[in-house]
Amino acid sequence: MEILEYEAKNIFKDYNIPIPAGFTISSIDKLNREKADSLGFPLIVKAQVPVSGRGKAGGILKVNNFKELKLITSKLLKCTIKGIPVRTVLIEKFLKVIKEYYVAFTIDYSLRNIVFLASTEGGVDIEETIKEKPYLLHKVPIDPYIGLKDYVVRNIAYKLGIPKNNVRSFTFIARAMFNMFREFDAELVEVNPLALTDKGLYALDVRIIIDENSLFRQKDKLLKYISREMFRGKTAKEEKAKTLGLSYVELDGNVGVIGNGAGLTMATMDLIGLHGMRPACFLDIGGGASKARVKEAVNILLENPKVKAVFINIFGGITRCDEVALGIVEALKQAKLVKLLVVRIKGTRDKEARLILKQNNVEAYEDIEGALEKLRSLMVI
Amino acid sequence: MVVLADEKRYVLVQGITGREGSFHTKLMIEYGTKIVAGVTPGKGGLNVHGVPVYDSVENALKKHPEINSSIVFVPAPFTLDAIYEAIDNGIKLIVVITEHIPLHDEVKLVHYAKKHSVIIIGPNTPGIISPSICKIGIMPASAFSKGSIGIISRSGTLTYEVAYSLAKVGFGQTTAIGIGGDPITGLTLLEAAELFEEDEETKAIVVIGEIGGVMEEELAKAYARGKISKPIVTYIAGKYAPPGKRMGHAGAIITMGMGSYESKIRAFKNAGVAIAKTPYEIPKLVSKVLKNAH
Repeated sequence: MEILEYEAKNIFKDYNIPIPAGFTISSIDKLNREKADSLGFPLIVKAQVPVSGRGKAGGILKVNNFKELKLITSKLLKCTIKGIPVRTVLIEKFLKVIKEYYVAFTIDYSLRNIVFLASTEGGVDIEETIKEKPYLLHKVPIDPYIGLKDYVVRNIAYKLGIPKNNVRSFTFIARAMFNMFREFDAELVEVNPLALTDKGLYALDVRIIIDENSLFRQKDKLLKYISREMFRGKTAKEEKAKTLGLSYVELDGNVGVIGNGAGLTMATMDLIGLHGMRPACFLDIGGGASKARVKEAVNILLENPKVKAVFINIFGGITRCDEVALGIVEALKQAKLVKLLVVRIKGTRDKEARLILKQNNVEAYEDIEGALEKLRSLMVI
Repeated sequence: MVVLADEKRYVLVQGITGREGSFHTKLMIEYGTKIVAGVTPGKGGLNVHGVPVYDSVENALKKHPEINSSIVFVPAPFTLDAIYEAIDNGIKLIVVITEHIPLHDEVKLVHYAKKHSVIIIGPNTPGIISPSICKIGIMPASAFSKGSIGIISRSGTLTYEVAYSLAKVGFGQTTAIGIGGDPITGLTLLEAAELFEEDEETKAIVVIGEIGGVMEEELAKAYARGKISKPIVTYIAGKYAPPGKRMGHAGAIITMGMGSYESKIRAFKNAGVAIAKTPYEIPKLVSKVLKNAH
């Protein structure tokens, strides 16, 4: 779960990492001249949306006076960036940058470990630069039981060529970021750029991504920093699915795909695609889905006007097929819109499941080929 | 021979009194797996489908010193602790069924297991099965049959699917290993392939991968170097999946373009591995690679 820049910066502030002075507003009426003047122009206006490439998409602008600030702020508050409406802008003091660095803590799936990343090539083009010159990226694995060693951070500071006077500040920032990374169960804590200014090192732009699987122990702490709904960047239906324990992503086709397990659901989408049809969504009911969860899953698709047909592909292990069948039948009983529906169901208690479905006039197949053929013939009509 | 799940496995079920733990204990016993004890803290003294339940792994091992494997159904907030408990008591094979374990816990458990030479299968795995010998997992037994194919999979349901479609044309399995669907797992695709490489009975390896992570690329590289010599057939799920979330710049920097569908297919193609476009093409390709191998 990606949190917004200003929320992340509030966390940085609590870890005593220097960030530019600033404030946020969510309505242009609240824009206060005195507040802006006290920061002193020029200022930077930053749209708060959890997407990368925000600057290049026109979401970060410099303003030189109050008139410009008002114009840009009201414009940003009315626009969307990469499909996401801007509800808040962050207004910050502009700092003159001498040198930009890149610093991050994340988990490297290949090393299956925490890594400390740092580079002299901070800024928006870091990815491209590192692709061309991988030696400019310093990457140090960190033992999860020992944590960040002091000499490792010092060595990185020397390799980056951090000026002598700023090395202590750098090691303080790196350690604070690492503590934050662990204490917040983050997938990523990134500062890009970490800017060297005449007043020292400042975290100009920061990102924090929280591991959603850790919310059971992070939620209370996060609610101090996150003011609005937790699951931004998702459609209303995607949010509803999330709260039900379903994994749901909307796509542009017209065949709604439900499966159990990410792999099977993806493979089913692949099959729909290879057969010349287009998936309308990815909906994984997960392992061991209950009747109620299946009912909600089917409901989400039945209520979606873009969906012409629903294709359900279940291969039950921990998922019991008869539970799935009962969920489907209950959803159909309450359905307002009639859709084409084909079910393929196999695995734990599948005979019972197919019997339940047949008794309720639902086409149910044991083999995928038969089910796909049926779907294709229905879609042609 | 088979790998990992053999007749010498004496299995402890951690989290045996929960809904899934109890349900699958029954199914494993019916399959013939030697389930000797269960653990749920606070529920010691109970009995689940004839299996005695203990408060701790230590107590279970006192009564059943033959225990050498564990299957974990413990809920995600407590899984790491359950794995520590199994490792500290000397269990060397741990199958972790639990899903949604925090990433930081997964990093820790992988490290701890490595340090103690413990094999972790999963997390978020359907487990391992050597048909008609031993099942330490939650897969529907009816999908699997005895034979000479080794299956390695990142996806639970797809494993059943592929085993079932292989069985329809007469190919059974030595062992099927679900390595788990999380970005960080204990046993990797490559390590699982190395087990099959050393198993005489296994004639070909089926690898079911999916987008994300870099395990497929690592396996492809090892295959190209000749580290794995047995024929491999692979299917990668997710050609039509929307691109996953990007982890700031760090995600892209770390993977350097690896992890996408195209990257995995390219790696396997360059290595000379047979690639199936759908899971249902796998049986046909398995026949082909086995014919070519003779």
